[in-house]
Amino acid sequence: MSDNDVVLKSKGLGKSYRMGATKVEVLKGLDLAVRRGEFVAIIGASGSGKSTLLHILGALDKPDKGTVSFEGRDLGRQSGRELNRFRNKMVGFVFQFYHLLDELSVLENVSLPTMASRSILGWFGCRRRAKKRAVELLVQLGLGERIKHKPYQLSGGERQRVAIARALMNKPDLLLADEPTGNLDSVTGNGILDVFEELNKAGQTIVMVTHDDRIAERAGRIITLADGKIRT
Amino acid sequence: MYKLILATRYLLKRRITYFAVLAVALCVFIVVVVMTVMTGLVGDFKEKNHDFAGDCVVSSESLVGFPYYEDYVGKLEASEAVEGVSAVIRSYGLLSPRGRDVNRGVEIMGIDPARHSRATGFGDTLHHRREDVAKAFVPSYDPNLPGCVLGIDLALERDSNGGYAYDSSPRRVGFSISCFPLTARGALAGAGTALANTKTFYYSDHSHSGLARVDDSIIYLPFDEAQALCGMAGATKRINAIHIKFKPNVKLQAGCEDVRRLWAIFKTEKANESQAYLLNTVAVQDWKVHRRTLIAAMEKEQMIMGAMFGFVGIVTVFIVLVVFYMLISHKSKDIGVLRSIGVSNVDIIELFGGFAFMVGLAGSGLGVLGGWQFLLRINSIERWLFAHFEFQVWDRTMFAIGDIPSEVSPKVLAVIVVSAIAACLIGALIPSWQAVRLRPVETLQVNQL
Repeated sequence: MSDNDVVLKSKGLGKSYRMGATKVEVLKGLDLAVRRGEFVAIIGASGSGKSTLLHILGALDKPDKGTVSFEGRDLGRQSGRELNRFRNKMVGFVFQFYHLLDELSVLENVSLPTMASRSILGWFGCRRRAKKRAVELLVQLGLGERIKHKPYQLSGGERQRVAIARALMNKPDLLLADEPTGNLDSVTGNGILDVFEELNKAGQTIVMVTHDDRIAERAGRIITLADGKIRT
Repeated sequence: MYKLILATRYLLKRRITYFAVLAVALCVFIVVVVMTVMTGLVGDFKEKNHDFAGDCVVSSESLVGFPYYEDYVGKLEASEAVEGVSAVIRSYGLLSPRGRDVNRGVEIMGIDPARHSRATGFGDTLHHRREDVAKAFVPSYDPNLPGCVLGIDLALERDSNGGYAYDSSPRRVGFSISCFPLTARGALAGAGTALANTKTFYYSDHSHSGLARVDDSIIYLPFDEAQALCGMAGATKRINAIHIKFKPNVKLQAGCEDVRRLWAIFKTEKANESQAYLLNTVAVQDWKVHRRTLIAAMEKEQMIMGAMFGFVGIVTVFIVLVVFYMLISHKSKDIGVLRSIGVSNVDIIELFGGFAFMVGLAGSGLGVLGGWQFLLRINSIERWLFAHFEFQVWDRTMFAIGDIPSEVSPKVLAVIVVSAIAACLIGALIPSWQAVRLRPVETLQVNQL
């Protein structure tokens, strides 16, 4: 694996939680590298630290030990502002429970990352382009008729596709998905995985967490997490 | 942009925010109404006191008064700052309607009505002689009789609405006024074999100052007559006070300083005179200080009301804080989502700050509108309550209050609106700050949903 291809790299990651008087070590010196254009599935039993790892990779959480670097830059050394920019531009999150904002329409939810990165004036300057991009994404994901709907008017699969569109809005280098099909029936879940496969074919780097081996098989590479370490 | 959209949606879509808006509106409504009425009453009371005293008063703390005043009045009249000067006799006496065996203590003010009107608002308080103040002491029914101007509550009865039964011209009524003349050393001077000077004056007009203590206790007499009655018209004539009005462009404190400067010069000039010691009892005061015993009480009441409504403000902050706490607790997922797409802590505080601002603006807007509409109708509401239930906020037979003040001050409104919005911002700040201190991952945990 050439270092030039590696977009995301973690070294010696350690993370522990305190549950009452007990200290639970979730990650124990974990090393991981993801190449550009890869579709990686991380599997493991419940409580094995998959989601914790994903959150650390996406700078939503901090490791107790070790480093995470994205395109060669150590995330632990980035300022708060740089991390905000990283979360806004470089990475897109897809959560198990979609996490859409109920007060916003589908189109507004998808446009949110672009709106969040701009001032009011800046938004007015780019809103046509942003709206066009959001509509294109929604059409691409089969939600062209739903752009004015509110999240609670959509099915689970539709909500997850809106969440994917939101994650892709700012054309991130990396898509992180935490149990994206965990809350969906198998048919709808397969539809979401089809979307991920298509995105990956188009060059999108994806890291997906799942506890289901059959879902993980749709990825290009499977990493198994056990005892806080990667078991290949 | 998303902050504006989200804050607006939180405001419109969340039922709990309606309660926050309603709480703010109610508090603002109460504060607007009470502060307007209180500010109106205090302002009106101060204005009437100002009208009664003029801008500046040079007065002796002793009933004996002070001499050589003509020279000082001359100096004042020559001053560019002064518009009107009125020398005044002030003393106490007994008043008894002729033919009736009753008497009551009154305060006597001896004035030259024309001069006093130039120095104070006296002329505007008259009823029959308002257009011809110089003739205030000339009874219309017999110009040769010595006249007097009675405080309106000495002259007329008040009805339950606070109104008076005015006559088209003053009734012919005589009053015996007895005074106790004092020597320059403060001893009772005696008048022949009696200790009191007594003279009869005839009701020529009444004065309605709107100040209860003035209207029910003061009788105005012609200056020379009062001076003689009080034993101040001897070889060295004395007075008790000089009321002064400044020209419109003269600031109160600057005018008073000028009067003090002239008084110091005058006092030095008269230092070797035989009754110069009486000049040491004289003080130069602006009208607020001169009437401070009355005004301070009202201002204290206003201050206490302000403090009470400060507590109302604290309750508002608490209500808003509780509402925001509940709301933001329900919105922790949104905060997590926003953090996951790169929104900063400051932006999240701004989002909820904007929301709080909208709640404050909507609430205070409703409160101000409601308060204003209520104040527009407050007097008709009171009249209706009186007509149907005989309820009055102020019993008009006791209080010298006409209508309930209802003029809304834009300055007071601005202060109330700004305070309400500030209360909302403070109420939103604490839960917002707590929310952004959570790690994004904590708010996105499945078990948090």
